[in-house]
Amino acid sequence: MNAMIETSAVGKRYGRRWALRDCTLAIPAGKVVGLVGPNGAGKTTLLQLAAGLLYPTSGTVTVLGGEPGSSPAQLAKVGFVAQDAAVYGRLSVAEHLRMGEWLNPGGWDGELAARRIADLGLDLRQRAGSLSGGQRAQLALTMAVAKRPELILLDEPVASLDPLARREFLQTLMEVVAEQGTSVVLSSHLIADIERVCDYLVVLVASRVALAGEVSELLAAHHRLSGPRRDPGSLPSGQEVIEASDTDVQSTFLIRSDGPVLDPAWTHRPVTLDDLVLAYMSRARSAEPARRPGLEVVR
Amino acid sequence: MTRFAWLQARTQTAIAAAALAAAAVVAVVTGPRLLHLYHVDIVACHPAGTCESATTAFLASFRWMQVFAPPALLVLPALLGMFWGAPLVARELETGTFRMAWTQSVTRKRWLAVKLAVAGLASMAITGLLSLILTWWFSPIDRVQANVLTPSMFGVRGIVPVGYAAFAFALGVTAGTLLRRTIPAMAVTLAGFTAARLAVTYYVRPHLMGSLRAITPVVMSTGNGPAPTPGAGVLQPGDWVLSAQTINGSGQVIGAYGGVGATGNINFHVSHGAVSLVGVGPCPNTFPAAAVSSAAARTSAQPPAAFNTAAQECINKLGLRDIVTYQPLSRYWPLQTYETLIFLGLAVALAAFCFWRVNRSLT
Repeated sequence: MNAMIETSAVGKRYGRRWALRDCTLAIPAGKVVGLVGPNGAGKTTLLQLAAGLLYPTSGTVTVLGGEPGSSPAQLAKVGFVAQDAAVYGRLSVAEHLRMGEWLNPGGWDGELAARRIADLGLDLRQRAGSLSGGQRAQLALTMAVAKRPELILLDEPVASLDPLARREFLQTLMEVVAEQGTSVVLSSHLIADIERVCDYLVVLVASRVALAGEVSELLAAHHRLSGPRRDPGSLPSGQEVIEASDTDVQSTFLIRSDGPVLDPAWTHRPVTLDDLVLAYMSRARSAEPARRPGLEVVR
Repeated sequence: MTRFAWLQARTQTAIAAAALAAAAVVAVVTGPRLLHLYHVDIVACHPAGTCESATTAFLASFRWMQVFAPPALLVLPALLGMFWGAPLVARELETGTFRMAWTQSVTRKRWLAVKLAVAGLASMAITGLLSLILTWWFSPIDRVQANVLTPSMFGVRGIVPVGYAAFAFALGVTAGTLLRRTIPAMAVTLAGFTAARLAVTYYVRPHLMGSLRAITPVVMSTGNGPAPTPGAGVLQPGDWVLSAQTINGSGQVIGAYGGVGATGNINFHVSHGAVSLVGVGPCPNTFPAAAVSSAAARTSAQPPAAFNTAAQECINKLGLRDIVTYQPLSRYWPLQTYETLIFLGLAVALAAFCFWRVNRSLT
């Protein structure tokens, strides 16, 4: 696999707290990747490591074949939009664009930036501090896009936006991807947003990849089955149970199966991405306490 | 990057430059007047023999300038450290804009280097120019007062303010990168800068160059007018006296400031016709009996001249000496240069720490 982000046993520690620990993953290039996971899973840390804003405490991170943030050329390849989409409140929109031009010598697409700002209807003379949350995020995205990176990292850029601003932001992002062919990694809590724009999904739980794959393939390979109560162990070998719930008479399973499900006893419903993510997150979480006490003892 | 650093720094620099220009205008308007007064009052007083009143009159001119200008230069480096240095990195960390800045195609090292250079050189230039203006404006007054080596004047003349500005700025940036908050960083900058200035003034500057020592006889005050100060005849006007001690014949320190004891008094004690120097011992010489009884009876405010003569002889016979350590005025520029280099060196060390912090530890 041609990976754009590859980590090997990477860890990041703040004082005594590990924000990310022993994380190994590979994210393929040319995709729009959705990164989801519960709070504290290490999504923000992972994206900041990939952007070169953080250095790993242990392990290695490779982005587009280089060490993140190591050189101007490496920095030029990666665009980043932070969680709060912080902009320079006292500088105008035009001054932000000038900043982009100055800080990305040779790589800045001023025409693209000007066009985006015009499309957004932003006033060039307006101070960035007086922009709305949605406009700020759009400005930050424009800054990240106009440096013409190969990869854009977005750390929950829409979390604080209202639904309309959120949709407009993602719309812009999709236009950029279509126009520039840029790879994207987008972290979000909102699976509906991920579903709208992403074609590849990574579920991160406690620094571990709980699930990764093409969204369409993942949806095709998972099924929700319900029928008379039965033991999960009695399912055919090709069917892996991700989530099981029982009532007195009935069993409901979320299974992963590469082949079709043929048993006529089952009522068969397709899964949504939401179901899938929640099932994998709760499965990874329930596996988690078993690991935790061990760590405490070591400490 | 330079243009962006300038974009961020230009408003504050413009304000400071405007204030500096106003100060320059005031100095240029009033300076020639002061120089004129110097020639009229001071240069002309020597043949006329009216120098005391002329000096008083001259030093009273442009009182407001003397009251406001030196304190302004005194606090300027601290202000620049607090308002330019402390927010330089801290505000970016506080508002989160560092994430936008550090993900453009400029390395952090370069980002910091250019920001430090632009704002740091601006604060050094502003301070240096203000010091230049004040040093020029005050030169007639300094010539009369000859006190540029005293702690209160040394730091508001010449080139040291440039070193202070560089240090205060670097200290502000360092505090900002460490604390990540502008307001606490400003407080730390003010406290740290004040502490460094005081420490260097009182503990480092006196020892930057080996101090000179003058040994002079102890001379008693007689009649009206001040007694000759310790070091009289050796010290030149403007020399910076670091210590003045009194020693006895065997070289032990018995007092300060030209006298005996911590307060530097010379007292004689008369008992049964015998005179002793308080704190030292009986006088080896004999005093005229009439003078002793007259002094003991305190018949006049001043002891008789014969008593004073004998008393001075007693001091001489007991071997009392004044030992003065001092820095001569001629070392003014070497001391200025060394202290400037010390603060510039501290500034460079702090800047190096900032690079390490921003590049490695702040991540």
